[in-house]
Amino acid sequence: MAIEVNGKTIETDEEGYLVNLADWNEDAAKILAAQDELELTESHWEVINFLREYYDEYQIAPAVRVLTKAIGKKLGPEKGNSKYLYELFPYGPAKQACRFAGLPKPTGCV
Amino acid sequence: MAKVNFETPAFRPYPLIPALQPDVMKGEGPFVAKPNMQEPLGYPGELLDNWQEVAIAKMGELLKKYRSFRVFLDACVKCGACTDKCHYLLGTADPKNMPVARQDLLRQVYRRYFTWGGKLFPNLVGAQDLTKEVLDDWYNYYHQCSQCRRCSVFCPYGIDTAEISMAAREIMDCVGKGQKYCNEIIGKVYKIGNNLGLPEPALRDTLAGLEEDIKLDTDVDVRLPLNEAGAEILVVTPSADFFAEPHIDGLVGYAKVFHQAGISWTLSSHASEAANFGMFIGSYDNMRRVALRIREAALDLKVKRIVFGECGHAWRVAYSFLNTLAGPFDFLDQRYPIPQHICEFTYDLIQRGALKLDKSANDHRRITFHDSCNVARASRMGNIPGGQFIIPRAIIKATCNYYYDMPADTIHDQTFCCGGGGGLLTDDLMELRVKGALPRMEALKQVVDNYGVTHMAAICAICKSQFTKVLPFYGFRLDQIVSVHQLVSDAIILK
Repeated sequence: MAIEVNGKTIETDEEGYLVNLADWNEDAAKILAAQDELELTESHWEVINFLREYYDEYQIAPAVRVLTKAIGKKLGPEKGNSKYLYELFPYGPAKQACRFAGLPKPTGCV
Repeated sequence: MAKVNFETPAFRPYPLIPALQPDVMKGEGPFVAKPNMQEPLGYPGELLDNWQEVAIAKMGELLKKYRSFRVFLDACVKCGACTDKCHYLLGTADPKNMPVARQDLLRQVYRRYFTWGGKLFPNLVGAQDLTKEVLDDWYNYYHQCSQCRRCSVFCPYGIDTAEISMAAREIMDCVGKGQKYCNEIIGKVYKIGNNLGLPEPALRDTLAGLEEDIKLDTDVDVRLPLNEAGAEILVVTPSADFFAEPHIDGLVGYAKVFHQAGISWTLSSHASEAANFGMFIGSYDNMRRVALRIREAALDLKVKRIVFGECGHAWRVAYSFLNTLAGPFDFLDQRYPIPQHICEFTYDLIQRGALKLDKSANDHRRITFHDSCNVARASRMGNIPGGQFIIPRAIIKATCNYYYDMPADTIHDQTFCCGGGGGLLTDDLMELRVKGALPRMEALKQVVDNYGVTHMAAICAICKSQFTKVLPFYGFRLDQIVSVHQLVSDAIILK
C-alpha cells in the first residue's frame, strides 16, 4: 500500500502505518487522517507533535497515561483525560494518533 | 481502521444456537507475517515451494512428540456436545467455528496421511489431501480460535481444540505461513524485552511518572522500582500494564500492595513481559526462549520470589509450564509458591489483615468479574480447588461493597472468552473479535439490567484491551472494564 503526498509516493503497511518513519511530513499526516475521514485541527496537532517529540527521545509512543498527563499540563486539566483524546481520535489515541504521526503501531495486548 | 463494515450481532432474547450460515467467515485470515518477522523465530520467511511435504512431516513429528495430539485426533465420536459451546460459533454462525469442525480441518489431513483407512479409502473415512485450499482454510479458521478451551469442558473425551489449533499454527509457521500479529510481537520480546517494544528508558520514564501520580493522589511515596538487584520479589507483568488503560491502574495497585506489605520488589527491563505468545503459536522452542528471560532476570537480580501480574495466558505458562520450561527454580525461596500470582499475594495479605481497605472508596461501582480463560481452565491459584475463581472474587469483595456474578453458565470453568484471546487481539480481526464477544456481552447485559452493574473487572491484559474496544459496539462504555488491582488501589489506605 502507498499514499501520494505532493506527487511523491510514500509506502504504508497493510494497516496504513508508514513503513519508513523518515517519510513523514505534515501533508502526509493530513492524508492519513483523511483516510479515517478526520480533518486535523490545532488540537490534533498538539497531540501529534507531542507523540513525535516523545518518540524522538524514547523510540516508542508514550503510554496513554503519559500522554494525557502531558496534554493536561500543556492545555489544562480539562483536556488531560482519555475522554478528550478519544474525542479527537475516536479509534483510540494510542493507535490512530500514532498512525497520523507516522509512528509504528503499538503492538501487544493493547 | 476507524470504520467497520460489519454489523454487531443483536442481543438474543434467548441464547439459542444460531441458524448456521456456511462460509460466512471464510476469508484470507489475519495478515501474514513478513520474512523479517518469521526468521527471528526460526521459521522460513515465506511459503516454501515444498510446503505440503514439510507440513505433513511436521504433523508426523508433532504426533510423535505429543501423545495428546494423536489422541485428540483419533478420539472424536462426533457426539455434537461441543458444537454450540464456542463463542465464535455463537457470534458468527459459521459452522466451521464449531469446535468439532475446526478440529476436522486438521483431522481430515491426519486421516489421509497417518491412518490406514485414510490411506486406502480416503472417501470412506472423511480423509482429505493437503491442498492449497485446505491450507488456506487452516490459516483462516485456526485464527478464529482463541484457544480458550471452553469446548473441552463439554467434550466427553476432553478433546482440547486449543491444542489442535496450536499444532496447526506451528505447522503453518514451519512452512512459512505465520501470523503477523503474534510473530512480530515475539520478535520484539527477543529484541527489546516485551511485546510493546518498550525500551528501558521509556519504561523508566513511565514508572517515574506513575510514582509522581501516586504521590499527588495520596501524598505517600510509593515506588515502582526497575532493575533493582537484591529485591525480594521480581514482578513479571504484561507490558500492557505499562501502557494501556485500565491496565496501568492495576500496576499502580500492585505497587501500593507491595508498599503496604513492606516487601521490596522490582520490575526487570530484561523480563518486562509476562505474556508468552510462543504458546499461542504452539511453539515449544519459542515459548521456552521467552520464558527463559524470566529465569535470567531472576538470577541476575538475585530475587527470592517471582510474582506474576494480571495476565491470563502468562499465568497458564507460569503455573503449568514454567518449572519445566525454565526451571529448576532451586535458587528461589521454597517457602512460597513458585511462581506466585499477584492475586494470591494480595489475598494472603487480606487474610492476614495486613491491608487496610476502605470498601466505600468503590461505592460508585457495582462490580462483576470476568473469568479469563487461561486462568479459569488451565491453571489454579492458592491451595484449594477452584482457587482461581475464589481468590479474585474474594479480593473484589474485600475492596467493594457491591459484587454480582454473571449467569452461572458463563463464569468459572464455563466462562466465555472475551473474544480476543489466543493471538487474535489484532485490528485485522475486528469483526471476529466483536462477534465473538457476543456471549460475554449478553451475560454482562443481564447483570447490568438486573443488578445495576457498572463495571466488569478482569485479570488479563488481553481481556482488558479487548473489552475496551468491543464494549462500545454493544452499547456499553469503553471504561466499564477495570483491573482487579485497580479496585484494590482505590480502596487501600496507605500509611
